[in-house]
Amino acid sequence: MRTSLSPESLPSAEITPEQLEQGTSLWSDAWHRLRKNRLAIAGGVILVALALLCAFGPLFSQSYSDQNLDLGATPPSAAHWLGTDTLGRDLFARLLYGGRISLMVGLVATFVALVIGVTYGAVAGFFGGKTDAVMMRLVDILYALPFTVFVILLMVFFGRNIYLLFLAIGAVEWLTMARIVRGQILSIKKMEYIEAARSLGLGKRRIIFRHMIPNALGPVIVYTTLTIPAVMLLEAFLSFLGLGVQPPMSSWGVLIKDGAEKMEEFPWLLIFPGGLFSLTLFSLNFLGDGLRDALDVRSAKD
Amino acid sequence: MIRFLLRRLLETIPVLLVIVTATFFMLRFVPGGPFTSEKAVTPEVRRNLEAHYGLDKPLFQQYTDYLGSLLRGDFGPSFKYSNRTVNEIIADKLPTSLELGAWSLLVALGLGLPLGVLAAVKRNTWLDYLASSTAMIGICVPTFVLGPLLVLVFGIHLRWFNASGWYEPIDRVLPSLVLGFYYAAYVARLTRGGMLDVLHQDFIRTARAKGASEARVVFKHALRGGLLPVVSFLGPAIAGILTGSFVIETIFQIPGLGREFVNSAFNRDYTLVLGTVILYASLIVVLNLIVDIVQVWLNPKLKFE
Repeated sequence: MRTSLSPESLPSAEITPEQLEQGTSLWSDAWHRLRKNRLAIAGGVILVALALLCAFGPLFSQSYSDQNLDLGATPPSAAHWLGTDTLGRDLFARLLYGGRISLMVGLVATFVALVIGVTYGAVAGFFGGKTDAVMMRLVDILYALPFTVFVILLMVFFGRNIYLLFLAIGAVEWLTMARIVRGQILSIKKMEYIEAARSLGLGKRRIIFRHMIPNALGPVIVYTTLTIPAVMLLEAFLSFLGLGVQPPMSSWGVLIKDGAEKMEEFPWLLIFPGGLFSLTLFSLNFLGDGLRDALDVRSAKD
Repeated sequence: MIRFLLRRLLETIPVLLVIVTATFFMLRFVPGGPFTSEKAVTPEVRRNLEAHYGLDKPLFQQYTDYLGSLLRGDFGPSFKYSNRTVNEIIADKLPTSLELGAWSLLVALGLGLPLGVLAAVKRNTWLDYLASSTAMIGICVPTFVLGPLLVLVFGIHLRWFNASGWYEPIDRVLPSLVLGFYYAAYVARLTRGGMLDVLHQDFIRTARAKGASEARVVFKHALRGGLLPVVSFLGPAIAGILTGSFVIETIFQIPGLGREFVNSAFNRDYTLVLGTVILYASLIVVLNLIVDIVQVWLNPKLKFE
């Protein structure tokens, strides 16, 4: 589901004289361009802050599971910054704990997708010919399947296990990655430095992993950044249906589900989790778009 | 053209077979059957039930039996609703889901296309920025956040709409908007990108040089090419709208097949789950085929390989 929104900010890299003398690598050039994109930088800063807050915040905040039934649901106050839920649990603490799970699902499942997609795409692109045709036809076919349905089936029938959730989501989201990597490898394969490596007698494995994958990295980084929100969305979707993360664990999807059930009386229970989750998705998308422009990745054809 | 169609049609057969087989065996190897979750039944009752549904036969025979009845268009009896067949349940619930899907698709295209064209034509003006930010909101605010929020504001506080249900025509508005908005956002972005690509090309300059009006340039010359990315997105979009309706039907308490599917999965109603999965998969495969054909029709460069 890549979009080809190419703002004509095909960013003109302004290069300072010093840089000209040193020569600029692809990466410093990209960094230079990325720094100018305020939205992308803001997204990156927010993400780092959120990750740190979720990782270390719970060490200092109130307990996410301590109930206070006398207190019940209260709106935001000095004692509970974002209010409490119907069981009197501090919403801020619950958001931080939920964020741990949501962000972890995002990272781990994306990593699974990354490993499968890059390996698959690289192999197809490298061998080319019939192998490639068969492998990519399979991807085309898989594209047409209602995968969400299968993830739901897996979660229902094999227990709602968080490791299975990682695997199932990762196993669904690798398709586009495989296509992108294959396209890259196909074009890199024809480059002269690959021919040079081959004429030096390097093995196939070494050529793929040392020379081709590193050079195909730009689009992979961009698409990885854009896969994380897709993965988090799927997790929250499943949790909203009651099929994802299970109590006493919680994730942003679970909190949104709980909030939606009680929004009529206690709207803050929906607004804060929903807002925070949307903010995270915004940040990831802006960062991904910014990286795409900075690395000048031509939008891959879907 | 006919050969292309035939080949694509033939290709769908193994795909569907794999789906049926995978789902069938997955459901059979699952711990806990449809009758184990019920209150304890005596062994005899259980045996009778299993015999009634053919579960006492060898697995492979169950599979071939099922394939046979599928070919006759028969999805079998529901395990949960003892006196109803899966066909009846689908016939009862599917029209609602299809209606929701059709309205949502209309929202996606009706909102997304004009926004995208406008953003491309008026690029780098406030209109473009407004359209692009709207699209970003659509992509980043998930349906299960947007839905309850809109219900809260327009259903509960302003009372313009019912908070849930599917009775009067006005009940279609909120669910279709929420489900369609995400795809409208994608359509807008794709249209904008596609239009910008086309508007840069030489034949557009030629058309302008000939003195064609701006409207004619945009709608007659550019739109056809600019729509290509949108058409290839329609396949995934339709699949997404169908599965997205699981959540929407839950939020708005719409009696459609999506909600029924989630319930049947919880209830381990094997035959209903199987039937729904097969139905959705076939729908998606067929719609993808149609999308492929439209794509080739719009873009003569892509010959029917």
